[in-house]
Amino acid sequence: MTADLSQHIAGLDALELSHRERQSLASRIWARTWPMLSAIALVLAVWELVVLSGWRPEYVLPGPFTVLADLWNRLGEAEFYQAVAVTMRRAVTGFAVAVLVGLVVGAAVSRVKPLRAALGSLITGLQTMPSIAWFPLAILFFKLSESAILFVVVLGAAPSIANGLIAGVDYTPPILLRAGHILGLRRLALYRHVILPASLPSFLSGLKQGWAFAWRSLMAGELLVIIAHQASIGEQLDNARELSDAPGLLATMIVILVIGIVVDMCFGAADNALRRRWGLDQGVG
Amino acid sequence: MTAPIQELRPGRTDGHEPAVRLDAVSKVYGRELLALDQVTLSVDRGEFVCLLGASGCGKSTLLNLVAGLDRPTAGEIDTREARIAMMFQEPALFPWLTVSGNIELALRVTSSGKTTKKERQARAKELLEIVHLADFGHKRPHELSGGMRQRVALARALAQEADVLLMDEPFGALDAMTRDLLHDELERIWRERELAVLFVTHNVREAVRLGDRVVLLSSRPGTVIEDFPVTLPRPRRTDSAEVAELASTITDRLRQEVLRHAQPAAQRPAGTGIEK
Repeated sequence: MTADLSQHIAGLDALELSHRERQSLASRIWARTWPMLSAIALVLAVWELVVLSGWRPEYVLPGPFTVLADLWNRLGEAEFYQAVAVTMRRAVTGFAVAVLVGLVVGAAVSRVKPLRAALGSLITGLQTMPSIAWFPLAILFFKLSESAILFVVVLGAAPSIANGLIAGVDYTPPILLRAGHILGLRRLALYRHVILPASLPSFLSGLKQGWAFAWRSLMAGELLVIIAHQASIGEQLDNARELSDAPGLLATMIVILVIGIVVDMCFGAADNALRRRWGLDQGVG
Repeated sequence: MTAPIQELRPGRTDGHEPAVRLDAVSKVYGRELLALDQVTLSVDRGEFVCLLGASGCGKSTLLNLVAGLDRPTAGEIDTREARIAMMFQEPALFPWLTVSGNIELALRVTSSGKTTKKERQARAKELLEIVHLADFGHKRPHELSGGMRQRVALARALAQEADVLLMDEPFGALDAMTRDLLHDELERIWRERELAVLFVTHNVREAVRLGDRVVLLSSRPGTVIEDFPVTLPRPRRTDSAEVAELASTITDRLRQEVLRHAQPAAQRPAGTGIEK
């Protein structure tokens, strides 16, 4: 009887398990890259057409090939890498501080009711405030220094990160809370084993949004707060404008765009990995 | 509104030791909504009690009260400091943990951290063997079928070393064949571990298949209206004539109860919300 039962069960289990086959690595990479490559090709073509139409003279709007050649030259110069390194150091420092602040504020606000009433809408309000509006105050506080830039980067990114955590805590599935309660998890243990892991996807999208705000604030900051003897991407952009170096200006803009996209793709990959592990990616496709 | 029928049955006192005792328990939501009205009920150690009722009878409310997820408005619930585990209609497994990890977490909380990780892993493997899932410990919950996940949930409940197992329509979402197998599984585990089980269902045959007693609840507010002892020999089959006969007696009683709520003016369909 028992052997019979377990065989029955094994049979049903084997029938019920879905066998999802994963495509090969090469075909997955190709499936993701070809739309991107076509989009780039399309943008370059439209750009070239606009240049050919003579809407603006070539010294104002150079064609894509001139700009890409300029970019290629820059990639061979040490100065370019120093500038990128300075900018990325600021981005990483600012973002790290923002994550820390966002975590602490988000955790406190999601847990303490009066704090939520007091700060909940303020955090969302801060999120909608254009970061450039903070710079006059930041410069007043910190003079023309890196601290002024970091101050604004943190203010730009932290609200999104805090909001991501708060939303994640709020939308923890009630059934999981009940399950945790039944298991005997209370207060901090419930937080650690159920609420925090459950809010991870929302926190991750908060991080992603926070990064976008941080990057924008950083670029605004580097254009406004130019520190002597310290090359940065924003400073290069400003230089190019002053020297009417249109190819250099556009090349720098491409660098800013590419860095933003690459970091965003990293967050996207983390998000995908999480969804796959948790089985949130099923149902469609 | 018609007044609820008050037909209180005292908990059994014939030498049995109750694991859970509810004494005139009422639950009011908000100001008006009386969900449970003076429910008196007891479940002995090692007894399997099925709670049956139409929609709105407060079955789930009752379980939540016993589980301590909610507090009664009036009356007393005595669980004698029994350890209580609960299964829901959904498996409610944590998606960020593996199957084994889910069970290890339950073991860790139950032992208040006095076990090593190795011990918990070994114990989780034993528990998974009980529900015939020993080979699936490394999988994630979403990789298993609904029936398998529900068995993991059962293993997790067993990990709590509970004396009382509350089950809130745990097999409601499963197909008939899987459900049959899980009934056999549950019966075997219940016997081996001498659990007190309080099993909520709206499926009359399931109640008769599993229960030592089938307790019928009325709707809005929920009160105990009848307590059917089931003396059929085990193991029973859901499709046997004896089970069908008792099920139809209980269904008739349930129909009467549902009809009491039919309002002449309203053009309601005659369905009872009950699976026969």
